Amino acid sequence: MPLNDVLPAGTKAPEFSLHTTPDQRVSLSDFRGRPVILAFYPADWSPVCGDQMALYNELLGEFHQLGAELLGISVDGSWCHVAFAHERKLRFALLSDFEPKGQVARLYGAYRDDDGTSERALFVIDGDGMIRWSYCSPVGVNPGADGILRALEALKPEAAHG
Amino acid sequence: MADDEVARLTLPVGKRDHAQGPADAPVTLVEYGDYECPHCGRAYPIVKEVQRRLGSKLRFVFRNFPLGESHPHAQHAAEAAEGAAAQGHFWEMHDTLYEHQQALDDRHLVGYAAKLELDAKTFEQELHAHAHKARVREDFTSGVRSGVNGTPTFFINGVRFDDSWDPDTLTDALKAAAASRKA
Repeated sequence: MPLNDVLPAGTKAPEFSLHTTPDQRVSLSDFRGRPVILAFYPADWSPVCGDQMALYNELLGEFHQLGAELLGISVDGSWCHVAFAHERKLRFALLSDFEPKGQVARLYGAYRDDDGTSERALFVIDGDGMIRWSYCSPVGVNPGADGILRALEALKPEAAHG
Repeated sequence: MADDEVARLTLPVGKRDHAQGPADAPVTLVEYGDYECPHCGRAYPIVKEVQRRLGSKLRFVFRNFPLGESHPHAQHAAEAAEGAAAQGHFWEMHDTLYEHQQALDDRHLVGYAAKLELDAKTFEQELHAHAHKARVREDFTSGVRSGVNGTPTFFINGVRFDDSWDPDTLTDALKAAAASRKA
């Protein structure tokens, strides 16, 4: 199955506002001024340990050192996210692209019509809301974090100029 | 996937590594693993099996990739293996840990050191002082930079192996890599 054409670097990142817990919403514009890693993944509760979100959880220190905020995003509901984050001890926000289902994934070119989930698609968005790097991994292949780290480091010199 | 997107080992295998098999073997298998990860536990006898099948054609290297947020004992177990390595007995501890994945608390780790006839006092002191923490983190970081995306992750001659690691598939991939090295 061909991969989606996710929004490329140089595109303005579409704004969104999604639930992260049942009574809390997060918008992309909340993070203006610092880089955001937007990590779409197909579903909570994937049956492997050391999965994509668990790996990123281990790397939060590195991401924060580079000034970046990490947001996970899937089509699961916020109650599901709460349970998943609790069980996996995740220390970053999971966004619920649940209603209308997959709307944000569609905006980023990362929705999988065939199975109603999102791709494993990664976006590094700079402090001005511009996509600076994106990558779509085959759904069975966890994309890891090396690409994210390289993209964030490439942002660094500019961040120094303010 | 374009060739430049293939995940490759960024830290070459070298003197710092724990290796089994000849340094000039035509194929090197690197595993990034976590001692508390059940998938790594399943991979452990499989690696032994492919080592048996390939013999001197294979060099096997193990690097630490503890997912401490998921596995509460993984970090300390990795440090314990490095502590054993400091006393020249890495592989004995590595094997012991994978054979006792359900008992990786500090009391057991110290017990294993005693059983392996290490200097248990030094071992315990180093464990409590986190003497080998930096080394474990160095492995971890090198893994992240190389595209390690979970455990276990294997690299064959420096290229990430994304296929199934059942014994036959892994053996075929290793043999193919060995053959292409000779050609």
